[in-house]
Amino acid sequence: MNGHTEPLIPKIGVITDIRIDTPDVKTFRVVTLDGEKPFDHMPGQCAMLSIPGVGEAMFSITCSPTNTEYMEFSIKKCGCVTEWLHQAEVGQQVTIRGPYGNPFPVDTEFAGKNLLFIAGGIAIAPLRSVINYCRHYKDRYGKIDIIYGARSKDDLVDYNEIITEWVNDEGVDVHLTIDREQEGWDGHVGFVPNYVKELGFDTNRTAILCGPPIMIKFTLAGLQELGFGKEQIYTTLEMRMKCGIGKCGRCNVGSKYICKDGPVFRFDELDELPDEY
Amino acid sequence: MQKITRNALVEKAVAMLNDGAVSRVLGWRAGEFGYDITPSVFTEAKDIEENFVWNDFCGANFSKYLVAQTRKGEGKILVFLKPCDTYSFNQLLTEHRFDREKVYVVGIPCEGMVDIAKVKKLCGDGISAIECGEDSLAVTTIYEDAPIAVSTKDVLAERCLSCKSKKHVAYDELLGEEGEVLDSNRFDEVEKLEKMTADERFEFWQSQLSKCIRCNACRDICPACTCEKCVFDNPNSGAENKAPATSFEEKMFHIIRAFHVAGRCTDCGECSRVCPQDIPLHLLNRKFIKDIDAFYGDYQAGEEVGSRAPLVNYTKEDLEPSEVFERGDGANA
Amino acid sequence: MRKCSLTALDSIFETIAKSAVLYLPVDTEENKSEYKMWEKGAKWSDRLNTNKSPKDFFFPQVEDLMKFKVTGKNIELTDIRKAAEDFVVFGVRACDVKSFDVLDRVFLTTPTDSYYASRREHGVIISVACTRPTETCFCQTFGIDATEPQGDIMVWKTESELFWKAVTEKGEKIMSLIESMTEQCTEEAVEAQKAKTKAIMKKLPLANLKADAFGAGKTDEFFNAPEWAELSQSCLGCGTCTFVCPTCQCYDIKDFNTGNGVVRFRCWDSCMYSDFTKMSAGQPRLTQVERFRQRFMHKLVYYPENNEGMFGCVGCGRCLAKCPISMNIVKVMKAIGGKAE
Repeated sequence: MNGHTEPLIPKIGVITDIRIDTPDVKTFRVVTLDGEKPFDHMPGQCAMLSIPGVGEAMFSITCSPTNTEYMEFSIKKCGCVTEWLHQAEVGQQVTIRGPYGNPFPVDTEFAGKNLLFIAGGIAIAPLRSVINYCRHYKDRYGKIDIIYGARSKDDLVDYNEIITEWVNDEGVDVHLTIDREQEGWDGHVGFVPNYVKELGFDTNRTAILCGPPIMIKFTLAGLQELGFGKEQIYTTLEMRMKCGIGKCGRCNVGSKYICKDGPVFRFDELDELPDEY
Repeated sequence: MQKITRNALVEKAVAMLNDGAVSRVLGWRAGEFGYDITPSVFTEAKDIEENFVWNDFCGANFSKYLVAQTRKGEGKILVFLKPCDTYSFNQLLTEHRFDREKVYVVGIPCEGMVDIAKVKKLCGDGISAIECGEDSLAVTTIYEDAPIAVSTKDVLAERCLSCKSKKHVAYDELLGEEGEVLDSNRFDEVEKLEKMTADERFEFWQSQLSKCIRCNACRDICPACTCEKCVFDNPNSGAENKAPATSFEEKMFHIIRAFHVAGRCTDCGECSRVCPQDIPLHLLNRKFIKDIDAFYGDYQAGEEVGSRAPLVNYTKEDLEPSEVFERGDGANA
Repeated sequence: MRKCSLTALDSIFETIAKSAVLYLPVDTEENKSEYKMWEKGAKWSDRLNTNKSPKDFFFPQVEDLMKFKVTGKNIELTDIRKAAEDFVVFGVRACDVKSFDVLDRVFLTTPTDSYYASRREHGVIISVACTRPTETCFCQTFGIDATEPQGDIMVWKTESELFWKAVTEKGEKIMSLIESMTEQCTEEAVEAQKAKTKAIMKKLPLANLKADAFGAGKTDEFFNAPEWAELSQSCLGCGTCTFVCPTCQCYDIKDFNTGNGVVRFRCWDSCMYSDFTKMSAGQPRLTQVERFRQRFMHKLVYYPENNEGMFGCVGCGRCLAKCPISMNIVKVMKAIGGKAE
């Protein structure tokens, strides 16, 4: 030890539950070796998970801060670390450090507002934390609308929680959509941007938008058509990260580091940044 | 001093641009101090007239740029190639790295290029300008009132002192006079290394390669290194590293690279020219060339398009691995 | 201020080296210089720039961060950090001393990087004022005075003598070690030497290069400049500029399986490399144009924006000397930043 604490040195965590959400998404529950939540966080913040010898990667924390017992990560299989995690079993230890980044302004700018959450595919992962936080403190917010779309019904992450909890909440409206017709699906079919326009929300609300770049692009345009200003719409960005603390130098967009100045941005703030994300 | 003048090159480039025969010209762009020249794609006649340079510091080999440049833009690209550059050009064609039809090669004679480090050794620091004269350089420094005269032959780059050929092996058009393949002394340094004991030689390479900072400049400039994705950049290769995790790795990087370019390296010497740590990397490649010559008969990569390099061409007369092994073991390896 | 004869330097080095590991620039066979650990007989090289910058002393190219032992599903982590040993670096030039400020603002900003911090705490910088700046020097552009090199002890060299002035407590300690080998003196000779150097600085080819056009708030002005495409067109995408740069601080973290456990190490990385920002899901900097732009925007705009206007370049000129294609920050500044003279 050299007298300083070291942000790059992680804690050891253990996976206590693995839920298969979709063909390529699993949700991992992680606690410390003492069985506690690794650290406190706020909605929208991220954590670095690693398997020594495989690699370290940044993931958004999927569970709400109101969950004080464990941390959850919904992770899509798409790279080296995620592929490894997907074949891990309960009891597997991992390393974890964080929390990183700025959270959504749930206690300030969101307070008292009607909220419109819009997510596509795995992008529900960062939003689930906010959604569940706002559901938990329902009296602090106005009406909540959630639009969530995926390729198919099977690709809706944690569909079970959505249909058993979200849809039953008072003051919460859930609008699900899938890309193509599917047997056993009587809900909406179509892409998220179009669905947003079809639903035609008034602008007396704050929108939180997260999804693949193409969905963001068209949904943002749709919201603007509906009269939303960019200062009413939030999103969260993803970049390659190594340190998580603004030092390794790779996650910047202009002078902002996504790991510490983000990942949560308002679209009018993004307008100030160069188009390189 | 180069025998062909800058004006001749500029006239050629401007004429071809103006009549639409080519849309771009790959040439050398002037820098700040007379020697810091940047390879550049020119598209305008005026730009060429003002900023194109051709002098004793135009060492950069343009062949490799053609891999990327022939894939973009409309029309042909004019490239000026010195004799040794044309060997790389042919080798790249042999390996089907670019479309020959998209290139117009103007061969230009070369009298050898100057190594700025040698100039600095003689003239000291603070060089603000260099004039290339007939057989000398006039070096202006901020420390001397008058320019310092340096004989060009005293500051020629090592690779040019052992030039293998003044003859172009590829061109569409030749400016100036054609030269001859030379009886080069380029294996002298290799022989010195061969005469060392195994321990001395290990010590030599150990001390040289431990200077490596893994900047990849040698690989990135190398006309034989044109893999779309280098094994050292491929995260799935298990060899991807930006820095050595163990002291063995920097040696591994260079040795693997030397093996990979063996039989394909034309000995252009760009690797050693660009190494920021002054590692004589070309000696590794030359050792391979020398051995290939000895084992399989003389072979010059890039001499002709489509030639089969001995290492990829089986013949019944090939010597047995055991013979190579025996030869490789001992003081004269 | 104290002084000694140049001939006393060997015994001074010997004395310092008894108290701490001493590093200093020595000549290489190729007429250049490189920092080496002092050992008896080592001769200080007065050449201007070492091949690699002294950033290695605080932020080495490769360093082990921690170790893991993986057994079945279990992970055991070993914190391998140790306090750095005391060390002294002699011969650091003004530009390179300034580079430590640039690095400090990254690594010592909360949360502090403890590996770097420990080395900073245990390192003593003995700087040496420049007497013979060269054509690639442009420290003046960033307000650095080559004759006032800062550090823990400042040293000025004249024809036959060295003049020493401790500026920090750490410096005082070293000075006290060598007190008997130096003598009290006035500052006259130093002032004369400074004036001489300053006169030379005015004659440098880049003496009038200005960075005024750059700085905080200039992203919009320069980000989409058409010049980037041409400036970057022959960039090889190698890491030479980054690795010889005293202020480049980007790093990668990697795991190395030793066969007997896993070492997590960090190593320098380069924004010029194609995989620097590559994710499994996308790549925000697709071509060398974006990567090249990042490096210069970082030094000239982004860094100042985050650090009260301080530039992320110190004008040491290593990239000018080392770039395989002779493309560098000076050419970028001249092409993009309003054609400064």
